[in-house]
Amino acid sequence: MAHAHSVKRHTGLMDWLTTVDHKKIAILYLLAGGLFFGFGGVEALLIRLQLIKPMNDLVSAQTFNELITMHGTTMIFLGVMPVIFALMNAVIPLQIGARDVAFPFVNALGFWTFLFGGILLNLSWIMGGAPDAGWTAYTPLSTSTYSTTHGVDFYTVGLQIAGLGTLIGGINFLATIITMRAPGMSFMRMPMFTWTSFITSAMILFAFPAITVGLVLLSFDRILGANFFEVSNGGNPVLWQHIFWIFGHPEVYILILPAFGVISEVIPTFARKRLFGYSSMVFATILIAFLGFMVWAHHMFTTGLGPIANALFSIATMLIAVPTGIKIFNWLFTMWGGQIRFTSANLFAIGFVPTFVMGGVTGVMLASAPADYQFHDTYFVVAHFHYVIVGGLVFGLFAGLHYWWPKMFGRVLNETIGKWTFWFFAIGFHLTFFVQHFLGLMGMQRRIFTYLPNQDFDTLNLVSTVGAFLMAVGVLLFLFNCFMTAAKPKGVANDPWEDGRTLEWAIPSPPPEYNFKQIPLVRGLDAYWKEKMAGNKEMTPAEPLGSIHMPSPTILPFVMSVGIFIAGLGLMFSSEKFNNSFMSMIFNNWIVVIIGLVITFGSMLLRSLFDDHGWHIEPEELEEEGVKA
Amino acid sequence: MTSAHAESVNGSLPHEPEKATLEGRNKVLGFWLFLGGESVLFGTLFATFLALRNQTNDGPTAHELFSLPTTAAATLILLVSSLTSVFAVQAMHRHKAAALRLWLIITVILGLGFLGLEVYEFHEYVTAEKFGMTTSAFSSAFYTLVGFHGAHVAFGVCWIGILIGQLYKKGLTVVTAPKVYVSAMYWHFIDVVWVFIFSVVYLLGKVG
Ligand code: HEM
Ligand SMILES: [Cu+2]
Repeated sequence: MAHAHSVKRHTGLMDWLTTVDHKKIAILYLLAGGLFFGFGGVEALLIRLQLIKPMNDLVSAQTFNELITMHGTTMIFLGVMPVIFALMNAVIPLQIGARDVAFPFVNALGFWTFLFGGILLNLSWIMGGAPDAGWTAYTPLSTSTYSTTHGVDFYTVGLQIAGLGTLIGGINFLATIITMRAPGMSFMRMPMFTWTSFITSAMILFAFPAITVGLVLLSFDRILGANFFEVSNGGNPVLWQHIFWIFGHPEVYILILPAFGVISEVIPTFARKRLFGYSSMVFATILIAFLGFMVWAHHMFTTGLGPIANALFSIATMLIAVPTGIKIFNWLFTMWGGQIRFTSANLFAIGFVPTFVMGGVTGVMLASAPADYQFHDTYFVVAHFHYVIVGGLVFGLFAGLHYWWPKMFGRVLNETIGKWTFWFFAIGFHLTFFVQHFLGLMGMQRRIFTYLPNQDFDTLNLVSTVGAFLMAVGVLLFLFNCFMTAAKPKGVANDPWEDGRTLEWAIPSPPPEYNFKQIPLVRGLDAYWKEKMAGNKEMTPAEPLGSIHMPSPTILPFVMSVGIFIAGLGLMFSSEKFNNSFMSMIFNNWIVVIIGLVITFGSMLLRSLFDDHGWHIEPEELEEEGVKA
Repeated sequence: MTSAHAESVNGSLPHEPEKATLEGRNKVLGFWLFLGGESVLFGTLFATFLALRNQTNDGPTAHELFSLPTTAAATLILLVSSLTSVFAVQAMHRHKAAALRLWLIITVILGLGFLGLEVYEFHEYVTAEKFGMTTSAFSSAFYTLVGFHGAHVAFGVCWIGILIGQLYKKGLTVVTAPKVYVSAMYWHFIDVVWVFIFSVVYLLGKVG
């Protein structure tokens, strides 16, 4: 075909800025997520150092507030979300037997908007102070009356931009899983990780627009002088709590469901058994997502919604324990009687189960409204959500990274270091957060920058800080492992764990640009395992060898995100008093905002006007590569 | 995907050109999903408005402010524009490119008419009634909800306008057809949102 090779292929940095390949976008998400995770981790260590002893003055109260706000916000929105997206990008198209995602361009756009939103948020540290109203940014604390720096503006605008990226990423994965599955891969033959990512994407779609609106309202109050949360002019601060948690509670399930998926892949592989109760797993996932939208007010038991509302939300919350329990038992029964191999990935997966159960138990305790009057805003809550987020999600992410690393990079992570990572991280984790349950029960509030001696808080806080540093050692070991492995030569087998069950293990590691030379025919759940059991070495192709159509690389997603970034900065400083007249001119007349929007919408226009015909990989080239491999 | 080029080249369009290629089908599905998210967005804005609609803070109330004839006219214009965009898609299915462009042009003109009325309305409120964004919680909620909708209409007008240009240049192909179809979906969606605004904001404000 005439235009087959007319497309420009970039190399080096340009390749990464213009890529629309889901495998490369996965690596970008991993790098960016890892970077923000590092920021959040340093913030956590500073928090713990401040609390190591009573009446400590390592950081000021104001800095402490900024640290806890940025730690929570960064970890949730910029740390774990992108690592989840990294795994989804790296694995889902392979698991469903697809050559790409449904919208490669949108996929790249999602990454770049997320990144620039995250950068904007973190610029606050060097541009006049970080947000300080907690990651929940409760009004009226976060309104301009009480939060007078630009910190909260960085929060609203930065999260708005990053949230946009997450939203379009969610839409992309929904469409991909609905339309791009290989022949024979019915919904009930989809691997569990694909299922949970599918449900997570659906939750993103219905939860993120709520926070979009919430952030718009808060920024209108702060920047345009609107009155949504301004009591003196008729506003209502509780409205923010509702909007935030209508998003916020689904968000915590958005985070944990992909981890459930990872665990459901890793445990069967290393137990050499199919997942116990596959259909009940699917059903439980859907039920959790559904219930997850009905329980937001359990964060507001002490706000004063009244006994009826509290009772209903209390019961609804406790109901979630049922589908979650189903999952726990399914994992246990999968391991039961299996030939378990304790690889690093599996250590994290097995470690996940009891840790997550502990977080679930405290969750049910918190769901009891009368008891929550005692627990609320104490370290008991901090212990709870770290058990589910770190002991649950982060364990799951480590399991997934160790498991799919060879597929993503063509090299297996060092198993010995992997195991050390696990033990440092797991022991450090329990040291840090187990004692916080008791600190909370004894009355230590969260979000306080210091405490008086001799309230029985001293020793437990010291233990907690020591634990945090052990976790940090675990993370550093993991980083060291990544660099060390990167220095090793590539070249692992298609199926390095030898017991891979799903389609991604049927193709080379890392996969070629087009993933599957021929789209495979799926003949059952655990498609690859099924072929192995039938004595086949490879998947049966569902199509003859033919020319493969690929989307062209493009810089537009990057440029669009730069535009949004500029517009966001312009909006934040639109009513700022500058000493410099040029700055006042361009900011106060909204010129910066307009420039940013012109860049973004202009790129959108270019995208619409010039069709992307893509390019083709011809069968001859495929054959050549086959010979090389 | 390869068939996409084949069809646009030899010019034999299928009955529903928007669904002829995988890209086209993906676009339509993705857009349905996007509208799902948009529904939550407007749902949250409506909830906010309902929570704050009586918080007028000594400023004008809904009852004093709204004039139903103007908004009824705006409603009529927007509803008719939805009908004309249906005609556009029907013309597309019959492969009548000229009729398609004509109906789209009428749709855009009606959309502009709606926007004109809205700008006029807002202008009146701000100047004559002293009812601005900062007046009360009610005013903030009103301008945000109705303004978000207005911004959607403005975006739609630009978008469909650009598509008309593309139809002149590129003609009706399996690449342009999904764009037209999706923009029509968008247009119906903002129309439905307006029906809710008309009832919840204006009618309820007048009688409730
Ligand atoms: C090295 C591991 C970690 C340590 C040592 C750590 C420590 C802490 C500490 C000391 C607080 C402050 C509690 C307070 O006084 O309010 C906190 C809050 C928080 N953490 Fe972590 N954390 C870690 C990892 C994570 C991760 C991975 C996440 C999320 C994915 C996370 C999410 C949060 C959230 C949401 C808050 C609440 C912030 C606030 O209320 O302002 N943490 N953490
Ligand atoms: Cu919750």
